[in-house]
Amino acid sequence: MQFILMGIGAILINNIILTRFLGICPLLGVSKSNSSAIGMSLAVIFVVTMSAILSYSLYMYVLVPLKIEYLRLVSFILIIASFVQFVEMFLKRFIPALYKSLGIYLPLITTNCVVLAVSLDVVATNGGVPVYNFLNMVGYAFFSGVGYAVILIVFSFIQERLINNKNMPKSFHGSGIALITIGLLVMAFLGFSGMI
Amino acid sequence: MKKRKIIVDGIFANNAAFMLFLGMCPSLATTNSFMSALGMGIAVLATLILTNVAISALRRFVPNEIRIPVLIVIIATTVTIIEMLMQAYMFDLSQTLGVYLSLIVVNCIILGRAEAFAMKNTVLDSFLDAVGTGIGFLLGLLALAFAREFLGTGGIAFSSLLTGQHIWSFQLIPDGYTITLFQESSGAFIMFGLIVALINAVVAKINDNKKKKAAAARAAKLATEGGK
Repeated sequence: MQFILMGIGAILINNIILTRFLGICPLLGVSKSNSSAIGMSLAVIFVVTMSAILSYSLYMYVLVPLKIEYLRLVSFILIIASFVQFVEMFLKRFIPALYKSLGIYLPLITTNCVVLAVSLDVVATNGGVPVYNFLNMVGYAFFSGVGYAVILIVFSFIQERLINNKNMPKSFHGSGIALITIGLLVMAFLGFSGMI
Repeated sequence: MKKRKIIVDGIFANNAAFMLFLGMCPSLATTNSFMSALGMGIAVLATLILTNVAISALRRFVPNEIRIPVLIVIIATTVTIIEMLMQAYMFDLSQTLGVYLSLIVVNCIILGRAEAFAMKNTVLDSFLDAVGTGIGFLLGLLALAFAREFLGTGGIAFSSLLTGQHIWSFQLIPDGYTITLFQESSGAFIMFGLIVALINAVVAKINDNKKKKAAAARAAKLATEGGK
Protein backbone atom coordinates (compact mmCIF):
# COMPACT_ATOMS: atom_id res chain seq x y z
CA MET A 1 0.00 0.00 0.00
CA GLN A 2 2.78 2.36 0.97
CA PHE A 3 4.50 1.75 -2.33
CA ILE A 4 1.33 2.41 -4.33
CA LEU A 5 0.89 5.73 -2.56
CA MET A 6 4.55 6.54 -3.15
CA GLY A 7 4.13 5.74 -6.85
CA ILE A 8 1.05 7.90 -7.23
CA GLY A 9 2.80 10.67 -5.36
CA ALA A 10 5.94 10.59 -7.48
CA ILE A 11 4.16 10.18 -10.82
CA LEU A 12 1.10 12.38 -10.59
CA ILE A 13 1.54 14.83 -7.73
CA ASN A 14 5.21 15.62 -7.21
CA ASN A 15 6.27 14.85 -10.75
CA ILE A 16 9.95 15.55 -11.10
CA ILE A 17 9.63 17.45 -14.39
CA LEU A 18 6.47 19.36 -13.72
CA THR A 19 7.04 20.56 -10.19
CA ARG A 20 10.83 20.65 -9.98
CA PHE A 21 11.79 21.53 -13.58
CA LEU A 22 14.38 18.76 -13.84
CA GLY A 23 15.36 17.27 -17.18
CA ILE A 24 13.74 19.84 -19.45
CA CYS A 25 16.47 19.81 -22.11
CA PRO A 26 15.82 16.18 -23.19
CA LEU A 27 12.10 16.83 -22.90
CA LEU A 28 12.36 19.47 -25.63
CA GLY A 29 15.02 17.71 -27.66
CA VAL A 30 14.06 14.06 -27.66
CA SER A 31 10.31 14.26 -27.62
CA LYS A 32 9.99 15.05 -31.31
CA SER A 33 9.30 11.39 -32.09
CA ASN A 34 7.51 8.73 -30.06
CA SER A 35 10.01 5.94 -30.52
CA SER A 36 12.97 7.97 -29.28
CA ALA A 37 10.90 9.23 -26.35
CA ILE A 38 10.15 5.64 -25.35
CA GLY A 39 13.81 4.62 -25.71
CA MET A 40 14.94 7.58 -23.63
CA SER A 41 12.32 6.85 -20.95
CA LEU A 42 13.45 3.24 -20.53
CA ALA A 43 17.07 4.30 -20.31
CA VAL A 44 16.25 6.99 -17.72
CA ILE A 45 14.19 4.65 -15.49
CA PHE A 46 17.00 2.08 -15.48
CA VAL A 47 19.85 4.52 -14.92
CA VAL A 48 18.03 6.56 -12.27
CA THR A 49 17.18 3.48 -10.20
CA MET A 50 20.59 1.86 -10.46
CA SER A 51 22.63 5.01 -9.86
CA ALA A 52 20.45 5.91 -6.86
CA ILE A 53 21.18 2.48 -5.37
CA LEU A 54 24.92 2.86 -6.05
CA SER A 55 25.15 6.42 -4.72
CA TYR A 56 23.08 5.58 -1.64
CA SER A 57 25.31 2.61 -0.80
CA LEU A 58 28.48 4.59 -1.40
CA TYR A 59 27.26 7.49 0.74
CA MET A 60 25.98 5.42 3.65
CA TYR A 61 28.73 2.80 3.79
CA VAL A 62 31.82 4.71 2.63
CA LEU A 63 31.46 8.49 2.80
CA VAL A 64 29.64 8.72 6.15
CA PRO A 65 31.90 6.31 8.09
CA LEU A 66 34.98 8.08 6.72
CA LYS A 67 33.42 11.51 7.47
CA ILE A 68 34.00 12.81 3.94
CA GLU A 69 30.38 13.68 3.10
CA TYR A 70 31.52 16.84 1.31
CA LEU A 71 32.85 14.69 -1.52
CA ARG A 72 29.36 13.51 -2.41
CA LEU A 73 28.96 15.70 -5.50
CA VAL A 74 32.25 14.58 -7.03
CA SER A 75 31.74 10.91 -6.19
CA PHE A 76 28.10 10.78 -7.35
CA ILE A 77 28.80 12.35 -10.72
CA LEU A 78 31.70 9.94 -11.22
CA ILE A 79 29.48 6.99 -10.31
CA ILE A 80 26.80 8.13 -12.73
CA ALA A 81 29.24 8.78 -15.57
CA SER A 82 31.04 5.48 -15.17
CA PHE A 83 27.82 3.53 -14.65
CA VAL A 84 26.36 4.94 -17.85
CA GLN A 85 29.57 4.06 -19.68
CA PHE A 86 29.45 0.54 -18.23
CA VAL A 87 25.82 0.01 -19.24
CA GLU A 88 26.65 1.20 -22.73
CA MET A 89 29.51 -1.29 -23.10
CA PHE A 90 27.45 -4.11 -21.56
CA LEU A 91 24.51 -3.56 -23.90
CA LYS A 92 26.76 -3.23 -26.92
CA ARG A 93 28.34 -6.59 -26.13
CA PHE A 94 25.36 -8.65 -24.93
CA ILE A 95 22.08 -7.04 -26.10
CA PRO A 96 22.91 -5.26 -29.37
CA ALA A 97 19.24 -4.85 -30.29
CA LEU A 98 18.49 -2.80 -27.18
CA TYR A 99 21.74 -0.90 -27.62
CA LYS A 100 20.70 0.13 -31.11
CA SER A 101 17.25 1.27 -30.02
CA LEU A 102 18.64 3.35 -27.12
CA GLY A 103 21.39 4.65 -29.38
CA ILE A 104 22.71 8.08 -28.50
CA TYR A 105 20.35 8.55 -25.54
CA LEU A 106 22.48 6.56 -23.14
CA PRO A 107 25.53 8.87 -23.09
CA LEU A 108 23.21 11.89 -22.92
CA ILE A 109 21.79 10.66 -19.62
CA THR A 110 24.99 11.54 -17.76
CA THR A 111 24.10 15.21 -18.03
CA ASN A 112 20.41 14.69 -17.32
CA CYS A 113 19.72 16.55 -14.09
CA VAL A 114 17.11 13.97 -13.03
CA VAL A 115 19.75 11.35 -12.31
CA LEU A 116 21.96 13.52 -10.13
CA ALA A 117 18.99 15.16 -8.41
CA VAL A 118 17.47 11.80 -7.42
CA SER A 119 20.85 10.59 -6.17
CA LEU A 120 21.17 13.72 -4.03
CA ASP A 121 17.56 13.37 -2.84
CA VAL A 122 17.92 9.86 -1.53
CA VAL A 123 20.82 10.70 0.79
CA ALA A 124 18.97 13.66 2.29
CA THR A 125 19.00 13.76 6.08
CA ASN A 126 16.47 15.27 8.42
CA GLY A 127 18.15 16.32 11.66
CA GLY A 128 21.00 13.88 11.16
CA VAL A 129 18.71 10.91 10.45
CA PRO A 130 18.48 9.61 6.85
CA VAL A 131 15.02 10.23 5.34
CA TYR A 132 14.95 7.06 3.25
CA ASN A 133 15.77 3.50 4.22
CA PHE A 134 17.06 1.21 1.49
CA LEU A 135 13.70 -0.14 0.28
CA ASN A 136 11.98 3.27 0.29
CA MET A 137 14.93 4.71 -1.55
CA VAL A 138 14.68 2.15 -4.35
CA GLY A 139 10.94 2.82 -4.62
CA TYR A 140 11.39 6.58 -4.69
CA ALA A 141 14.09 6.42 -7.37
CA PHE A 142 12.14 3.99 -9.54
CA PHE A 143 8.88 5.95 -9.38
CA SER A 144 10.66 9.26 -10.04
CA GLY A 145 12.03 7.68 -13.21
CA VAL A 146 8.58 6.41 -14.15
CA GLY A 147 7.13 9.87 -13.53
CA TYR A 148 9.71 11.34 -15.88
CA ALA A 149 8.96 8.66 -18.48
CA VAL A 150 5.19 9.30 -18.35
CA ILE A 151 5.59 13.01 -19.05
CA LEU A 152 8.20 12.42 -21.76
CA ILE A 153 5.91 10.02 -23.62
CA VAL A 154 2.72 12.08 -23.15
CA PHE A 155 4.52 15.18 -24.32
CA SER A 156 6.00 13.45 -27.36
CA PHE A 157 2.47 12.71 -28.61
CA ILE A 158 1.46 16.36 -28.14
CA GLN A 159 4.69 17.54 -29.74
CA GLU A 160 3.99 15.53 -32.91
CA ARG A 161 0.79 17.50 -33.42
CA LEU A 162 2.39 20.83 -32.54
CA ILE A 163 5.07 20.42 -35.20
CA ASN A 164 2.47 19.85 -37.91
CA ASN A 165 0.24 22.69 -36.76
CA LYS A 166 0.55 25.71 -39.04
CA ASN A 167 -2.11 27.85 -37.33
CA MET A 168 0.11 29.82 -35.02
CA PRO A 169 2.28 32.92 -35.22
CA LYS A 170 5.65 32.24 -36.78
CA SER A 171 7.67 33.32 -33.76
CA PHE A 172 5.99 30.71 -31.55
CA HIS A 173 7.11 27.81 -33.74
CA GLY A 174 9.45 25.33 -32.09
CA SER A 175 10.47 25.88 -28.49
CA GLY A 176 8.11 28.77 -27.73
CA ILE A 177 4.90 26.85 -28.14
CA ALA A 178 6.45 23.70 -26.65
CA LEU A 179 7.25 25.55 -23.42
CA ILE A 180 3.78 27.05 -23.21
CA THR A 181 2.28 23.60 -23.77
CA ILE A 182 4.34 22.20 -20.90
CA GLY A 183 3.00 25.07 -18.80
CA LEU A 184 -0.56 23.98 -19.59
CA LEU A 185 0.39 20.36 -18.83
CA VAL A 186 1.63 21.48 -15.40
CA MET A 187 -1.69 23.20 -14.78
CA ALA A 188 -3.57 20.04 -15.76
CA PHE A 189 -1.45 17.96 -13.38
CA LEU A 190 -2.11 20.48 -10.58
CA GLY A 191 -5.58 18.92 -10.51
CA PHE A 192 -4.07 15.84 -8.87
CA SER A 193 -2.61 17.78 -5.93
CA GLY A 194 -4.24 16.99 -2.61
CA MET A 195 -5.19 13.51 -3.81
CA ILE A 196 -3.17 11.76 -1.10
CA MET B 1 39.55 35.66 -32.78
CA LYS B 2 38.77 39.18 -31.62
CA LYS B 3 38.55 39.54 -27.84
CA ARG B 4 35.45 41.73 -27.97
CA LYS B 5 33.61 39.39 -30.30
CA ILE B 6 34.13 36.50 -27.85
CA ILE B 7 32.35 38.37 -25.07
CA VAL B 8 29.59 39.92 -27.18
CA ASP B 9 28.77 36.64 -28.91
CA GLY B 10 28.40 34.95 -25.55
CA ILE B 11 25.94 37.58 -24.38
CA PHE B 12 23.75 37.97 -27.47
CA ALA B 13 24.20 35.72 -30.51
CA ASN B 14 24.90 32.59 -28.45
CA ASN B 15 22.87 33.51 -25.37
CA ALA B 16 22.78 30.30 -23.35
CA ALA B 17 19.30 30.72 -21.93
CA PHE B 18 17.26 31.94 -24.89
CA MET B 19 19.22 31.06 -28.01
CA LEU B 20 20.76 27.70 -27.17
CA PHE B 21 18.29 26.52 -24.49
CA LEU B 22 21.04 25.32 -22.20
CA GLY B 23 20.67 25.22 -18.45
CA MET B 24 16.91 25.28 -18.48
CA CYS B 25 16.35 23.70 -15.05
CA PRO B 26 17.89 26.57 -13.07
CA SER B 27 16.45 29.20 -15.37
CA LEU B 28 12.93 27.96 -14.66
CA ALA B 29 13.34 26.92 -11.04
CA THR B 30 15.16 29.88 -9.55
CA THR B 31 13.48 32.76 -11.36
CA ASN B 32 10.40 33.20 -9.17
CA SER B 33 12.21 36.02 -7.42
CA PHE B 34 14.67 38.55 -8.78
CA MET B 35 17.20 38.08 -5.99
CA SER B 36 17.40 34.28 -6.19
CA ALA B 37 17.87 34.57 -9.97
CA LEU B 38 20.70 37.03 -9.35
CA GLY B 39 22.29 34.63 -6.87
CA MET B 40 21.98 31.70 -9.26
CA GLY B 41 23.37 33.73 -12.15
CA ILE B 42 26.37 34.80 -10.11
CA ALA B 43 27.00 31.22 -8.95
CA VAL B 44 26.93 29.99 -12.56
CA LEU B 45 29.15 32.88 -13.70
CA ALA B 46 31.72 32.12 -10.99
CA THR B 47 31.71 28.39 -11.74
CA LEU B 48 32.03 29.05 -15.45
CA ILE B 49 35.01 31.38 -15.03
CA LEU B 50 36.84 29.05 -12.63
CA THR B 51 36.26 25.88 -14.68
CA ASN B 52 37.01 27.50 -18.04
CA VAL B 53 40.29 28.95 -16.79
CA ALA B 54 41.34 25.75 -15.00
CA ILE B 55 40.48 23.51 -17.94
CA SER B 56 42.13 25.80 -20.46
CA ALA B 57 45.30 25.86 -18.35
CA LEU B 58 45.33 22.07 -18.07
CA ARG B 59 44.29 21.32 -21.64
CA ARG B 60 47.73 20.12 -22.78
CA PHE B 61 47.99 17.58 -19.94
CA VAL B 62 44.59 15.93 -20.38
CA PRO B 63 44.64 12.85 -22.63
CA ASN B 64 41.93 13.08 -25.23
CA GLU B 65 40.30 9.70 -24.46
CA ILE B 66 39.49 10.48 -20.84
CA ARG B 67 38.79 14.19 -21.18
CA ILE B 68 35.09 13.99 -20.25
CA PRO B 69 35.66 12.35 -16.83
CA VAL B 70 38.47 14.81 -16.15
CA LEU B 71 36.27 17.77 -17.07
CA ILE B 72 33.44 16.44 -14.90
CA VAL B 73 35.70 16.04 -11.88
CA ILE B 74 37.10 19.56 -12.28
CA ILE B 75 33.57 20.96 -12.60
CA ALA B 76 32.23 18.98 -9.64
CA THR B 77 35.11 20.13 -7.46
CA THR B 78 34.56 23.76 -8.40
CA VAL B 79 30.83 23.50 -7.70
CA THR B 80 31.52 21.89 -4.31
CA ILE B 81 33.81 24.80 -3.42
CA ILE B 82 31.25 27.38 -4.51
CA GLU B 83 28.48 25.56 -2.65
CA MET B 84 30.54 25.55 0.57
CA LEU B 85 31.42 29.23 0.18
CA MET B 86 27.76 30.12 -0.32
CA GLN B 87 26.72 28.07 2.70
CA ALA B 88 29.33 29.91 4.75
CA TYR B 89 28.75 33.47 3.57
CA MET B 90 25.28 33.54 1.95
CA PHE B 91 23.37 31.00 4.01
CA ASP B 92 19.83 32.20 3.21
CA LEU B 93 20.52 32.28 -0.51
CA SER B 94 22.05 28.80 -0.48
CA GLN B 95 18.90 27.53 1.28
CA THR B 96 16.64 29.18 -1.32
CA LEU B 97 18.61 27.74 -4.23
CA GLY B 98 18.79 24.33 -2.54
CA VAL B 99 19.50 21.38 -4.80
CA TYR B 100 19.76 23.58 -7.90
CA LEU B 101 23.08 24.85 -6.59
CA SER B 102 24.51 21.30 -6.66
CA LEU B 103 22.91 20.71 -10.03
CA ILE B 104 25.21 23.31 -11.61
CA VAL B 105 27.49 20.26 -12.07
CA VAL B 106 25.23 18.85 -14.77
CA ASN B 107 24.39 22.25 -16.25
CA CYS B 108 25.06 21.81 -19.97
CA ILE B 109 26.45 25.36 -20.26
CA ILE B 110 29.49 24.56 -18.12
CA LEU B 111 30.42 21.26 -19.75
CA GLY B 112 29.51 22.66 -23.16
CA ARG B 113 31.83 25.67 -22.89
CA ALA B 114 34.60 23.52 -21.38
CA GLU B 115 34.42 21.01 -24.22
CA ALA B 116 33.74 23.41 -27.09
CA PHE B 117 35.92 26.36 -26.10
CA ALA B 118 38.29 25.92 -23.16
CA MET B 119 39.83 22.71 -24.51
CA LYS B 120 40.91 24.49 -27.69
CA ASN B 121 41.78 28.06 -26.70
CA THR B 122 44.21 30.04 -24.57
CA VAL B 123 43.57 30.88 -20.94
CA LEU B 124 42.76 34.52 -21.63
CA ASP B 125 40.31 33.72 -24.42
CA SER B 126 38.63 31.08 -22.26
CA PHE B 127 38.29 33.58 -19.44
CA LEU B 128 36.64 36.11 -21.76
CA ASP B 129 34.36 33.42 -23.17
CA ALA B 130 33.32 32.43 -19.65
CA VAL B 131 32.60 36.06 -18.75
CA GLY B 132 30.52 36.57 -21.90
CA THR B 133 28.54 33.35 -21.62
CA GLY B 134 28.05 33.79 -17.87
CA ILE B 135 26.81 37.35 -18.20
CA GLY B 136 24.52 36.32 -21.04
CA PHE B 137 23.01 33.60 -18.85
CA LEU B 138 22.75 35.98 -15.89
CA LEU B 139 20.91 38.55 -18.03
CA GLY B 140 18.57 35.84 -19.32
CA LEU B 141 17.75 34.75 -15.77
CA LEU B 142 17.22 38.35 -14.65
CA ALA B 143 14.89 39.10 -17.57
CA LEU B 144 12.78 36.05 -16.81
CA ALA B 145 12.79 36.71 -13.06
CA PHE B 146 11.91 40.37 -13.53
CA ALA B 147 8.89 39.51 -15.67
CA ARG B 148 7.75 36.77 -13.30
CA GLU B 149 8.14 38.69 -10.08
CA PHE B 150 6.76 41.93 -11.49
CA LEU B 151 3.62 40.35 -12.92
CA GLY B 152 3.26 37.83 -10.11
CA THR B 153 3.60 40.12 -7.10
CA GLY B 154 3.21 43.59 -8.63
CA GLY B 155 6.70 44.82 -7.82
CA ILE B 156 10.28 43.85 -7.13
CA ALA B 157 11.82 43.35 -3.69
CA PHE B 158 15.56 43.85 -3.38
CA SER B 159 17.44 42.29 -0.51
CA SER B 160 21.08 41.85 0.41
CA LEU B 161 22.67 38.77 -1.15
CA LEU B 162 24.96 38.32 1.85
CA THR B 163 22.52 38.58 4.72
CA GLY B 164 19.13 38.21 3.06
CA GLN B 165 17.98 41.46 4.70
CA HIS B 166 15.36 43.50 2.91
CA ILE B 167 16.85 46.64 1.32
CA TRP B 168 14.28 48.30 -0.90
CA SER B 169 11.15 47.33 -2.78
CA PHE B 170 8.51 48.93 -4.94
CA GLN B 171 5.04 47.94 -6.01
CA LEU B 172 3.40 49.32 -9.14
CA ILE B 173 0.51 46.90 -9.66
CA PRO B 174 -2.16 47.08 -6.93
CA ASP B 175 -2.79 43.91 -4.92
CA GLY B 176 -5.97 42.71 -6.59
CA TYR B 177 -4.53 42.92 -10.12
CA THR B 178 -1.42 40.76 -9.91
CA ILE B 179 -1.25 37.49 -11.86
CA THR B 180 -0.03 35.01 -9.25
CA LEU B 181 0.13 32.29 -11.92
CA PHE B 182 3.55 33.62 -12.94
CA GLN B 183 4.96 32.85 -9.50
CA GLU B 184 4.02 29.19 -9.88
CA SER B 185 5.69 26.47 -11.89
CA SER B 186 3.20 26.53 -14.77
CA GLY B 187 3.70 30.27 -15.10
CA ALA B 188 7.44 29.76 -15.36
CA PHE B 189 7.05 27.65 -18.49
CA ILE B 190 4.50 30.00 -20.02
CA MET B 191 6.61 33.10 -19.37
CA PHE B 192 9.72 31.41 -20.79
CA GLY B 193 7.73 30.45 -23.91
CA LEU B 194 6.46 34.02 -24.33
CA ILE B 195 9.94 35.52 -23.97
CA VAL B 196 11.36 33.01 -26.47
CA ALA B 197 8.62 33.98 -28.93
CA LEU B 198 9.30 37.68 -28.37
CA ILE B 199 13.02 37.19 -29.02
CA ASN B 200 12.26 35.14 -32.15
CA ALA B 201 10.04 37.96 -33.39
CA VAL B 202 12.69 40.62 -32.75
CA VAL B 203 15.42 38.55 -34.41
CA ALA B 204 13.20 37.91 -37.43
CA LYS B 205 12.50 41.65 -37.69
CA ILE B 206 16.21 42.52 -37.54
CA ASN B 207 17.01 39.94 -40.21
CA ASP B 208 14.18 41.25 -42.38
CA ASN B 209 15.49 44.80 -42.12
CA LYS B 210 19.00 43.65 -43.00
CA LYS B 211 17.68 41.82 -46.05
CA LYS B 212 15.64 44.83 -47.13
CA LYS B 213 18.63 47.13 -46.74
CA ALA B 214 20.81 44.75 -48.72
CA ALA B 215 18.14 44.49 -51.43
CA ALA B 216 17.76 48.29 -51.56
CA ALA B 217 21.52 48.73 -51.79
CA ARG B 218 21.66 46.20 -54.61
CA ALA B 219 18.77 47.90 -56.44
CA ALA B 220 20.45 51.32 -56.08
CA LYS B 221 23.71 49.91 -57.39
CA LEU B 222 21.95 48.33 -60.36
CA ALA B 223 20.15 51.62 -61.10
CA THR B 224 23.39 53.64 -61.11
CA GLU B 225 25.12 51.05 -63.23
CA GLY B 226 22.15 50.97 -65.58
CA GLY B 227 22.28 54.78 -65.83
CA LYS B 228 25.82 54.64 -67.08
